[in-house]
Amino acid sequence: MSRLAGLFAELAQKNRKALIPFVTAGDPNPQFTVPLMHAMVGAGADVIELGVPFSDPMADGPVIQRASERALAHHQSLRTTLAIAKEFRKTNGHTPVVLMGYLNPIEIMGYEKFADELKAADVDGALTVDIPPEEAGELTALLKARGVDPIFLLAPNSSAERVQKMDAIGSGYLYYVSLKGVTGAGHLDVADVEAKLAEIRANTKLPVAIGFGVKDAETAKTVANLGDGVVVGSALISQIEANLHSPAQAKQAIIELLTSMRQAMDN
Amino acid sequence: MTEKYNMPDERGHFGAYGGIFVAETLMPAITELNAAYQHYMHDADFVAELDKDMQHYVGRPSPLYHAERWTKELGGAQIYLKREDLNHTGSHKINNTVGQALLAKRMGKTRIIAETGAGQHGVATATVAARLGLECVIYMGAVDVARQSLNVYRMKLLGATVVAVESGSKTLKDALNEALRDWVTNIDNTFYIIGTVAGPHPYPAMVRDFQAILGREAKQQCLAQAGKLPNALVACVGGGSNAMGLFYPFIDDADVKLIGVEAAGDGVETGRHSAPLCAGRPGVLHGNRTYLMSDDDGEIIETHSISAGLDYPGVGPEHAWLKDSGRAQYVNITDDEALGGFYALTRMEGIIPALESSHAMAYVMKLAPTMKQDEILIVNLSGRGDKDMQTMARREGIEL
Repeated sequence: MSRLAGLFAELAQKNRKALIPFVTAGDPNPQFTVPLMHAMVGAGADVIELGVPFSDPMADGPVIQRASERALAHHQSLRTTLAIAKEFRKTNGHTPVVLMGYLNPIEIMGYEKFADELKAADVDGALTVDIPPEEAGELTALLKARGVDPIFLLAPNSSAERVQKMDAIGSGYLYYVSLKGVTGAGHLDVADVEAKLAEIRANTKLPVAIGFGVKDAETAKTVANLGDGVVVGSALISQIEANLHSPAQAKQAIIELLTSMRQAMDN
Repeated sequence: MTEKYNMPDERGHFGAYGGIFVAETLMPAITELNAAYQHYMHDADFVAELDKDMQHYVGRPSPLYHAERWTKELGGAQIYLKREDLNHTGSHKINNTVGQALLAKRMGKTRIIAETGAGQHGVATATVAARLGLECVIYMGAVDVARQSLNVYRMKLLGATVVAVESGSKTLKDALNEALRDWVTNIDNTFYIIGTVAGPHPYPAMVRDFQAILGREAKQQCLAQAGKLPNALVACVGGGSNAMGLFYPFIDDADVKLIGVEAAGDGVETGRHSAPLCAGRPGVLHGNRTYLMSDDDGEIIETHSISAGLDYPGVGPEHAWLKDSGRAQYVNITDDEALGGFYALTRMEGIIPALESSHAMAYVMKLAPTMKQDEILIVNLSGRGDKDMQTMARREGIEL
């Protein structure tokens, strides 16, 4: 069983929901990320989504775009992001790490080498924003052969047929995102999400993490009640952006936010 | 070629290139668009309306003009210009925007968005949006807004909102990123008119099909005027829509050479250029797999060209396929050489070409003298140079 499958099974038994922070590797500098990952685990993170910076992040809003630009200014790349994951794994053997990014860096590295490198870094999952299941056959086969979960996105207007496609090709979990906007833009309509989740569950047994509109402890709790996991990204990165003069302060603000979310989700 | 050319396949692949590489949030919109396109391209009413607009609004057919003085001067092949510069709004871009806007209307969309580099596609989009009474938002890199201020003003006159994009390199690729973000956000009422033969399927095939009218005309006109097919076709390639429109009806005519001209900027060897087919490598950007300018880490490299319309790190996937298959040949022309083409056509024929088209003209100056006098060379004069007057005057030290 993969680390992700094991984690979601364990959480389900305990009737807990996964807290999944997203940060961009190398933002605001490459030294910041590994200690931040450990600190986020300490604050209650169950899975870490590690963003691979890309020059053209088409599906991301301004907050994550700027995170990418800050990281790229330090030449953060897919290769150095894999190195960060490897470094994290040296002292944490249990928390799943998912790499999230765009396809071109993987195309240039080569699919097989990418899959090998993920395995070598003991990364658990790969979410590639711009590769839909129709184009993903070769990549997912290489990932699965190495025990890496390919993770796919679902949108509010993904049809039942598309959910079945993701279910067939994806593993680990499915990531339900906002349609109405890029990352960081969504506002939460609880009734809509609830209805959609019921439809999704009818077509997949995979855990579903929900990733939009999660800004604070209250929205984290609301979203936790709807799915199996809560992804929080832009709200964390906003703390980095608000404290560019002091990365230590940024880290502290992120930890406080995650701690409050964890508490709200567990009570 | 024995079998008739029939690219792309039903999933939009041109061999290894093309396809649909977008986030799941865009898939429903792409699926809806593809269904509408497949339906209306064979709908007699739609085709009749399109034909009527092409004739009476765009001003088609555009002439195929025998440039006799320039031909004599260069001393080789007979040079014919396909006069897309004479279309309404001044370039080939209108062929595609008229088609996509009619599609948007049939699909019940009330809002049009587009990206633009030189501003020609933005103007052509704002034009059709005004005519159909649709809301129109144009995304344009801040660098391009500055160097194409005349077109910015034209778009605003036509009622469009022009958004200056400040992210990344602030040029065409960043405008495309921003337009994609808008589309995801406003998917229900918005139609995204992509201006070139790139993007997720069906855009590369759809834009080619709307542009192919210029190639079909050129073929008929050449047969009528010269009594035979041309020996070679030359067109500039940024994303590659004017070249694809010219090439497509000739792909099965194996004796007709297809030559695409990329922008070499300061020279391909300097790294400061916009020539992915000549000096890039395959990758995935903006919804399709194609040749791209990207570094060893897969990050997209900033491009350079005197012409905003060619300043793009990718190229249509069908060009990638035509290159690999050997059916078409791709060459490159520097900024300085393009200026030579610009002045030559202006002074020899009294026609001021766009800086984009000037790249094709510059290659004609190299190619024509190597061909025989009974051979025919058709070059696509894809746009007129009015929009470049400020750029050119500034280069000559003149403030207008």
